[in-house]
Amino acid sequence: MNPNFSTQFGQKKTQNDPFWVRCLLTGSAIVLLTILVIVPLISVYKEALNDGVIAYFETLFDDADAGSAIRLTLLVAPCSVLLNTIFGVIAAWLLSRFRFTGRGILSVLIDIPFAVSPVVAGLMFVLLFGATGFFGPWLRQQGWQILFEFPALVIATTFTTLPFVVRELIPVLEAIGPEEEFAAVSLGASPWQIFRQITLPNIKWGLLYGIILCNARAMGEFGAVYVVSGHIAQETNTMPLQIEQFFQGFQSRSAFALASVLTFLAIVSLILKVMVEKQVRSTMKSVSQGHTGSHSQSE
Amino acid sequence: MSIAAKNICKSFGQKKVLHNVTVEAPTGSLVALLGPSGSGKTTLLRIIAGLDSPDSGSVHYSDDDITQSSARERNIGFVFQHYALFKHMTVFENVAFGLRVRRWPEPRIRERVSELLKLVRLDELAHRYPTQLSGGQKQRIALIRSLAPQPRVMLLDEPFGALDAKIRAELRQWLRKFHDEFHVTSLFVTHDQDEAFEVSDWIVIMRDGRVEQFGRPADVFEHPASEFVMDFLGNVNKIPVRLHNGRALLGQMEMPVKQTPSAGSVQNLWLGNKSNNGKSQEDAGHVYVRPHELDIERQASPAESLPAKIMHINTAGSVVKIRLVAEQFGLLVNVDLSPERFQVLKLQIGEVVYILPKKARIFVDDYVI
Repeated sequence: MNPNFSTQFGQKKTQNDPFWVRCLLTGSAIVLLTILVIVPLISVYKEALNDGVIAYFETLFDDADAGSAIRLTLLVAPCSVLLNTIFGVIAAWLLSRFRFTGRGILSVLIDIPFAVSPVVAGLMFVLLFGATGFFGPWLRQQGWQILFEFPALVIATTFTTLPFVVRELIPVLEAIGPEEEFAAVSLGASPWQIFRQITLPNIKWGLLYGIILCNARAMGEFGAVYVVSGHIAQETNTMPLQIEQFFQGFQSRSAFALASVLTFLAIVSLILKVMVEKQVRSTMKSVSQGHTGSHSQSE
Repeated sequence: MSIAAKNICKSFGQKKVLHNVTVEAPTGSLVALLGPSGSGKTTLLRIIAGLDSPDSGSVHYSDDDITQSSARERNIGFVFQHYALFKHMTVFENVAFGLRVRRWPEPRIRERVSELLKLVRLDELAHRYPTQLSGGQKQRIALIRSLAPQPRVMLLDEPFGALDAKIRAELRQWLRKFHDEFHVTSLFVTHDQDEAFEVSDWIVIMRDGRVEQFGRPADVFEHPASEFVMDFLGNVNKIPVRLHNGRALLGQMEMPVKQTPSAGSVQNLWLGNKSNNGKSQEDAGHVYVRPHELDIERQASPAESLPAKIMHINTAGSVVKIRLVAEQFGLLVNVDLSPERFQVLKLQIGEVVYILPKKARIFVDDYVI
């Protein structure tokens, strides 16, 4: 009944474990994290700054390829995030508020991008939009080029990051429940007013959390974009693709400089994520407390 | 503005929750939909509100058929069991919401909201958030929020279900007072018979998606239409009897079923049925006697009384509640006596006394077949 009960119980149990067991567990976790995460992270910056700070910024700003890659990523990622936000809110609302035929299938379809390898996803779009693909001839008739152009980058990135916003929103919407929306309907609000004034304020932290995760993943996307972009420097090379190209071309200083920028963006995302996470948890908590409180009184 | 739901049927998947239900709330009345959980009362209320749609049947406000109108167009006030206040809005903004979506001018909104807040004596809380309020305060805010846009009808879904007993009783009286002031036709769902009897003008008793009885509270209490209603209203002795030639017998004691006019007619029906079937042998059945319809005597009056031992006496309250066991039948009986009567009898725990029924009810349906 009490949601805190199990965690309290759990804490008590770990506290009862002998001292050396706790030391061993925390110690091994720290060692593992140091080797796998912290050391590589520092070494990226160490490599990038090897020739001094001035050389570092010169590499970044004077290199046309690097600059173009940064700009392209900062354009592709927001476009994908925007598409996924719109799709995510609609899909999450449908899945959490309605019971309809095909609901289960929709739920499974949303998870496909998590299961499918990004490279395979890229190949799917090549098959779809390529010259001999399903839409290819028709697109050529219209004079539209999708593959190896900006639209392909957005489509591929959107596909691989599709589940983030939806999966984050469904539990939040389910925890909040439909009652406030019903109340708004009965007070005469239109669907748009309900969404703007009731649903959105209730889910805003969950939505922001989903957007941050989606954005982090979108900026780092490699596999699917690699296949559909044709990796043309200064045209379709996003940051991860450009890093790879630098690296293959033995320009390791440029590769690490650009990698450090991508890493920096990831760390910023992480900090934002931690900040938002607290807000999400507190909304979920207040909702669940409100519910259990009233239920226990009514029983 | 009267409300009527006519011949409503509703199923969720395979489960049929409303079977051809017809309910009417006359203009200006406060009607209780009373029934155990799972009887379909909340579903019926949601259909009347437009939050759910019926599979068949129609909903009418006065003479308008509004079955096809959306909840938005129906201009109703709906109060939820768990308040459903907008958590991210202040009390003031909650109450103002219905007015803002209707584009009332700002000065009129302020006027209307503060007038309503004063009415429930919560005007100091206008700038608080719902999480800072107690349950009773929340429900009063929810009530004036639904009243603010001047709805044609009020629908309340277990409005006091989540509150504790004391606040519940206060809010009941308050709701009645409120209704007498505004005279908005109201329909409220409850599973608490005391609440229904205390507050409402009319009572609809529901069971398994059907209307079991509709009537004034006094009529429902005095003339329950079925065993189910009798049982559900509670506080009743269910006594097993033998039915023999139109008489209900417990041992040698005859239950006075024919003394009440309604039970009398019921009994005639039952007799008629029996003679139609050409049977006159004994049958088992039950009679229902309320605790205040029993009397206690120290002397046995022949055949008409039941010897029983006093197990427990509760003198706290306006009546003295006595629990007895008729050991001969292994039957537990509750009797309510007036304090005066109790004084005269000077009863003690462990004594054997004689129970005398003044009135009993029997229901026909169960014996037909």
